[in-house]
Amino acid sequence: MARVLMKGNEAFGEGAIRAGCRYFFGYPITPQSELPHFLAKRLPEIGGVYLQAESEVSAINMVYGAAAAGARVMTSSSSPGISLMQEGISYIVGAQLPCVIINVMRGGPGLGNIAPAQGDYFQATKGGGHGDYKLIVLAPASVQEIITHMQLAFDLADKYRNPVMVVGDGILGQMMEPVDLEGTGGEMAEPSKPWATTGMRGRKERNIVNSLCIVPEENEKNNLQLAAKYGEIQRSEQRWEEYGLDDAEWVLVAFGTVARVAKGVVDKARKEGIAAGLIRPITLWPFPEKAFNKVIDQVKGFLTVEMSLGQMVEDVRLCVQGRQPVRFLGRPGGMVPSVREVYEELKKMAGVKTCG
Amino acid sequence: MAKIFQRPAALTGKAFHYCPGCTHGIVHRIIAQCIDELGIREDTIGVCPVGCSVFAYEYFNCDMIEAAHGRAPAVATGVKRVLPDRVVFTYQGDGDLAAIGTAEVVHAAARGEKITTIFINNAVFGMTGGQMAPTTLVGQKTTTTPKGRDRETTGSPLRVAELLSTVEGAVYVARVSVHNPASVIRAKKAIKKAFEVQLQGLGFAIVEVLSTCPTNWGLSPVEALEWLEKNMVPIFPLGEFRKPAEWDKNGTGEGASC
Amino acid sequence: MLEEVLIAGFGGQGIMSTGQLLAYAGMQEQKHVAWIPSYGPEMRGGTANCGITLSDTPISSPLVTEPTCLLAMNQPSFEKYAPMVVPGGIIFYNSSLINTGGISVPYPIFAIPANAIAEELGNVRVACNVLLGAYLGYSKVIPVDAAVRALEKVLPPHRHKLIPVNQKALEKGAALGREYRKGGA
Ligand SMILES: Cc1ncc(C[n+]2csc(CCOP(=O)(O)OP(=O)(O)O)c2C)c(N)n1
Ligand code: SF4
Repeated sequence: MARVLMKGNEAFGEGAIRAGCRYFFGYPITPQSELPHFLAKRLPEIGGVYLQAESEVSAINMVYGAAAAGARVMTSSSSPGISLMQEGISYIVGAQLPCVIINVMRGGPGLGNIAPAQGDYFQATKGGGHGDYKLIVLAPASVQEIITHMQLAFDLADKYRNPVMVVGDGILGQMMEPVDLEGTGGEMAEPSKPWATTGMRGRKERNIVNSLCIVPEENEKNNLQLAAKYGEIQRSEQRWEEYGLDDAEWVLVAFGTVARVAKGVVDKARKEGIAAGLIRPITLWPFPEKAFNKVIDQVKGFLTVEMSLGQMVEDVRLCVQGRQPVRFLGRPGGMVPSVREVYEELKKMAGVKTCG
Repeated sequence: MAKIFQRPAALTGKAFHYCPGCTHGIVHRIIAQCIDELGIREDTIGVCPVGCSVFAYEYFNCDMIEAAHGRAPAVATGVKRVLPDRVVFTYQGDGDLAAIGTAEVVHAAARGEKITTIFINNAVFGMTGGQMAPTTLVGQKTTTTPKGRDRETTGSPLRVAELLSTVEGAVYVARVSVHNPASVIRAKKAIKKAFEVQLQGLGFAIVEVLSTCPTNWGLSPVEALEWLEKNMVPIFPLGEFRKPAEWDKNGTGEGASC
Repeated sequence: MLEEVLIAGFGGQGIMSTGQLLAYAGMQEQKHVAWIPSYGPEMRGGTANCGITLSDTPISSPLVTEPTCLLAMNQPSFEKYAPMVVPGGIIFYNSSLINTGGISVPYPIFAIPANAIAEELGNVRVACNVLLGAYLGYSKVIPVDAAVRALEKVLPPHRHKLIPVNQKALEKGAALGREYRKGGA
C-alpha cells in the first residue's frame, strides 16, 4: 500500500495533476499558499504551465482563455480573491467552459483573517457573480478525499461544461493525513472538445467562445438551456456521506472540516446513549436533498453546524420544509466549534439534562 | 479583369455594424489583410473586447473569443500558454485597454507574452455614449466632461505607446493613424510587423491606432478625420517606439518609420 | 486505541517536525493518523503547536482540543495546555525550561530534561524528539523504532546527516520513559 503523508493544500495540486490538469493561473493569498508552491515546482517538471498573474481578476481570465483553448485548467484562491474572480466566473459559465476553482475559505467579511471559515457558502452555491447560474460545489473533508474530488471536479466540469468549485478551509489545507494514491488518476481519457478555439487548422466552421447574447429571446433560450443542464445535475450529481444515520433520531448536518468535528460529536453521543447521526453534504450544490427525504420520517430533529452565521442551514430548512425542527450552531469569523460545544447543543436539542 | 477591392479571406463578409465614417472598419480590414498575407488565418485565435468592437468575432474569419471588459490580454495569455504555436491577437478600445484593463495589458507586456495587441485610441468611450476615456484630450468635450476635460480634476491623456515602450517585454511598440491613405499604408505595415514579432517568438507587440468616433465627437466623417489629424496627432505622436533588437542586428524588418 | 497528542513550545524548537515524525511513524504502523498545525490566535507570539491523532479506527475529528497526551517544550505552553489534558491523560515536560510550580494534576506528569540531554548529544534542536522518545518509551503506543525509521521520510534529504543525532535523542528519551514506567509512577 503506497500511503504517503500529505498536506491538504498539496493534495489539491497532486489531485489536479493526476486528473490531467497541466495549467494553473493564480495570485498568492493565505491560507492556500502551499498549493501554488507545490504546482510552481511540479507543473514545469511535467510540461505544464504555472503562471502567477498580476491579480485574481487577471488569473480567472487566463483560466477563461486556457479553457477556451481546450485545456484542463484550474485556479485557486481564498475568500477575498474569489470575490474578485466573480465577474470572470460568470463569463466562464456564460461561455459554457469547464474549469476548476479552489476556495480555501478564510474568515471575513473584508480582509478578515486567515483562520478557517465557511462564510462563502452563499457565494459558492447561489451563483456568486452576476446572472442566473450555478457552480457545482464540492466540499471534501479529508486529505484523501481532496485527491478524489479533484478528479471528480475536472470530470464534472468537462461533462457539463460548467465551472466546478472545490471549497475547503485553512484546517483542511494545512492538515496532514495519509493518502493512498493507488488507483487515482492515470490514463483517463479526457473528452474531446470540438468547440475549443484552437485555430481552424482545416476545420470548416469557425469556433467562437462567447457569452454575449444581445437578443433577449435568444438569451432566454440560453438561460433555459443552462436551467436544463442544472436540472440534470440536480437529478444526477447529489452526493453526501451518511454517518450513523440508519437508526438516528438526532441528525447533525455539517460539511468540510466541521463535519469532522460533527463525527466526533456523533461518536461521543452514541457512547452516551443518544442516537445521533450525520448527513455530510459532499456536493454543496447540488444540495443533497435526497439524503433528507430519506430520513425525514425517522428522525426527531436536525442540528446544522457551520463556521458561519448560518448559510447552509437555509438549504437544510428548504429540504426539511417544516416537517422537523432545524436548529443551528455557528461559529463565524474564523472560530472552529469544538466537539464539546456541539455536543452540549445536541443534548439541549434532544432534551437531555446536562449534569453539573 | 483584376479585382481592385477584394474582401480578405480573414473577414467573414458580414456587414460591419459601425457608424458611418468610423475607422474601426478600416482597422479590421488591414488586420485581415495582414493575416492573409502572412498565411496564418487557420492558426489564429482573436480575442475581442467590450466596446464598439464587441462583435469583432462576427467579422474576423478565424476562431474568436469574446472577453470581459479589459481582460483580453489575460484571456489571450491563457490561450497562448496552452497553444504556444498558434497566433493570438487582442483587439481593444481605449476604455477597455487603458482604463479598466490597464493592469492586464501592462503585465502581459511585462511578461513578454507572445501575443499581438491592436489598440484603438479614439479618445472616448464609444459604445456607452461618448464618455471621457483616459485618452481624452484636455479641453475635449465628452458626455462626462461637458465643459471639456479639465486637467486639474481629471488629469491629462494617457500615452499608452510611450508608457509601454518602457517595458522590457514589449519588444514592438508603435503608434499609427488611419486618417488618410498614406497613414493607412503605414498602419498596415506596423500591424504586420506586430504579427511577425509574434511569429518570431520575440515578445509582446502592440500597435496603437488613432481612430475616429464621428458619432460621439459630433462631427461628420470627413471632419472627424481632420479633427484627428489636427488635434490628436500632436498629442499622440506617430512612430515606432520600440523594435526588437534582433531586427537591427540581422537587418530584418524594414525599420522604416511609420 | 485513540491517542490525541498535543506538542507545544516556541517556534524553532522543532515542534512541527516532531509532530510529523509521530504521524509518519504511526502511519507506517498501520494506524489512522492526522497532523494539524496550530491555528488562529495561537499562531501569534512565536509559539508553535501541533496536534497528532493516532487511532485504530478512522479518525472522526482531527482537531486536538482535549489531548490525551501533552508534550510541553516551554513554560507558556505548559501553563496553557496542561489544564486541557483529559482525565487519564499524561504529560511529559521539558524540565530544562519549565518550572511546574508544584502543580497537582490528577494524572501522571513526567519531567524530562530535554534541552540538557539534547545539548549533551551536541544539538539542542533535537530536544523535542527526546520528549517524543519518552512518550513512546512510556506508552508503547507505537515502537520507538518506528519513529527512528520515519526520520528518513520526515527529514529532507539535505538533513539526512542529522538522522543519527535524532535517533539518539529518541532512544535516550525512550530509556527515560521506560524507567518511569517501571517506577510505576
Ligand atoms: C465591468 C464593466 N464595466 C463597464 C462596462 C460598460 N462598458 C462597455 S464598453 C465600455 C467602454 C468602451 O470604450 P472603448 O474601450 O474606448 O471602446 P470603443 O467603444 O470606444 O470602441 C464600457 C465602460 C462593461 N461592459 N463591463
Ligand atoms: S460610436 Fe464611435 S467608435 Fe463606436 S461605432 Fe460609432 S463611431 Fe465607431
